[in-house]
Amino acid sequence: MWKPEPSLADLRYTVEKAGLTPETLLTAYRQMCLIRSFEETIADRYYIGKTPQFNMAAGPIRGEMHLAVGQEAVAVGLGMHLRDADVVVSTHRPHHHALAKGVPADKLAAEIFGKVTGLCRGKGGHMHLFDAEHRFSCSGIVGASFPQAAGAAFAFRHRGEPYVAVAFAGEGAANHGTLAETLNAAVLWMLPLVIVIEDNMYADSTPKWQALAQPHQFQRALGFNVPTYLVDGMDLIDVWRAAKEAIERARAGYGPSFIEAVCYRYRGHFEGDAEEYRTREEVERWRQLDPIPRLGECLKRLGWADDATLERLRREAEEEVARAIAFAEQSPLPDPQEALVGVFR
Amino acid sequence: MTRTMKGIAFAIAEAIDQEMTERSDIVVLGEDVTYWGAVFGFTMGLHQKYGRDRVIDTPITEQTFFGMACGAASVGMHPVVSLMFVDFLGAGFDQMYNHIAKNHYMSGGQFAMPVTILTAIGGGYGDAAQHSQVLYGLFAHVPGFKVVVPATAYDAKGLTISALRDPNPVVIFGHKLLTGLPFLPFEGQEEEVPEERYTVEFGKAAIRREGSDLTMIAAGLMVHRCLRAADELARDGISAEVIDLRTLVPLDSETLVASARKTGRVLIVDEDYRSYGMTGEVAFHVQAGALDALKTPIRRLAVPDVPIPFSEPLERTVIPSVEQIVAEARALLAAGARA
Repeated sequence: MWKPEPSLADLRYTVEKAGLTPETLLTAYRQMCLIRSFEETIADRYYIGKTPQFNMAAGPIRGEMHLAVGQEAVAVGLGMHLRDADVVVSTHRPHHHALAKGVPADKLAAEIFGKVTGLCRGKGGHMHLFDAEHRFSCSGIVGASFPQAAGAAFAFRHRGEPYVAVAFAGEGAANHGTLAETLNAAVLWMLPLVIVIEDNMYADSTPKWQALAQPHQFQRALGFNVPTYLVDGMDLIDVWRAAKEAIERARAGYGPSFIEAVCYRYRGHFEGDAEEYRTREEVERWRQLDPIPRLGECLKRLGWADDATLERLRREAEEEVARAIAFAEQSPLPDPQEALVGVFR
Repeated sequence: MTRTMKGIAFAIAEAIDQEMTERSDIVVLGEDVTYWGAVFGFTMGLHQKYGRDRVIDTPITEQTFFGMACGAASVGMHPVVSLMFVDFLGAGFDQMYNHIAKNHYMSGGQFAMPVTILTAIGGGYGDAAQHSQVLYGLFAHVPGFKVVVPATAYDAKGLTISALRDPNPVVIFGHKLLTGLPFLPFEGQEEEVPEERYTVEFGKAAIRREGSDLTMIAAGLMVHRCLRAADELARDGISAEVIDLRTLVPLDSETLVASARKTGRVLIVDEDYRSYGMTGEVAFHVQAGALDALKTPIRRLAVPDVPIPFSEPLERTVIPSVEQIVAEARALLAAGARA
């Protein structure tokens, strides 16, 4: 979503008005670097054993792989406002949401590798990540996140707890009936729920214009009288400001909000995707809006960081990812007999 | 203290009431759970006592209120959710079988899913193909659900309390003709039911009638029809044992096998569809444990793989009746003993 960059005076005004501090933006920058590095390292390991012949069952990471390179600002812009006791329900593309929620990178990586040290002891895998401690879960079923987050929000409101639940979903998932159903229930019961649509333009291979009757999903939310934001999902500051309002509103008992963040995934829907449905030029165009350099540029213009600082943050993030991946790679696989236990508690 | 109770509906509602009084984690969700007590009475009286904060009429959105139950359970609530007719499962099954039933396993044991689902099953009163099914076989097939089918008011209360104390998803299938509600036929019996709280353990079948010539295995309404069939057979000097499964998951194969070994003849009666369902599963367990003691092949009587038709003579043809059970039992006994 191209929009003019603000003048320095306007940028200063925006940042000050939003209450953004250098610490907050530098933390966001590091977090986004962490996610970027995590996703790219997973991609690197994923292709071990899968080249030259692509075989999904081969190599150290089996199955499908959906990465969120390019969508970091959405996850981080939301996640920075959340507490451990808040709930996030994510999707089949969950790593960035998990890391932004505070899920430890090492246990996350170990789960993706199917190791016994993983979040779910290797039973979940990349699309079914669960972390009870950080109240994070996700589902490989498109459209499933809305009501589950609403259920957690219902519990918080019912018990009088000051917590918020966030449902992430793509613009394709937002065509599912559960969105309309959940919006209706969330407004009806004034649930502390924030619905975040990551509009990355494609549902699998289907471009948005082939699947939506109107240009944006937020238009549907308006019919339910939900406070609604359309934000530039490639701009951390834009996402952060909307998320702050939405989450504060929910926490204070004023009910749900809806955020549509227009963004882009630089990699295919899944690894191995031939991407016949879009052009290289289109991807390159969106590369100009890469949220990480964009935030770096803002930090430099504000005088809050120089190249050396940004480089240091990036390197710190990469080192954390390297440690997490090494932990995953060195961890043991589960005992095969573990497959037979744990259906019931 | 006991008192006479007619039907399972009030027993289930009383069980929920008695647990809700003691615990704050239970909420009741579903369509028409307030004024109409979930239509079949399973939640009657609760909203008057606990109000709309804890007994909540939802919009007609099965996928969403089952998803909400999943989300609420994941942060420590125990939702009791009404799936009014089991026939409506298609509108919300994804959240049930892909999430509520799997999240404990998929999360490596991190997320308990204490969700109790109440649903009404069965035909025999002219409600036709989309409001008369049983379908517990679908739930029993998917790992992660406990499948409870009470046949008596005593069991309905005790099994419901067990469900509400269970950290796992439990589906309670209450047969409409056992509810004891004035607008439906009643095929159960009035019983003495204790006023105080008690539990009935899952995975323990009940021998409802002892016998020596054959074993009839059933659940829910079919237990009562088997008992009536056994009365009729007794007039001809045939002694039938009747076993009430009580829970399909977990299944008490020990009791089934012991009875099969005693009588040597087994008839399985089911109101669910015949193929790939309860009858086949039970038959597997029986033969695995008692093949050498069986005098004849196991027989089964179930809905013969057709939807439930509307017109009375058609419906009577497909749902096992006392007469059909008697006929099947006689056929079983007529089959020659194996050499």
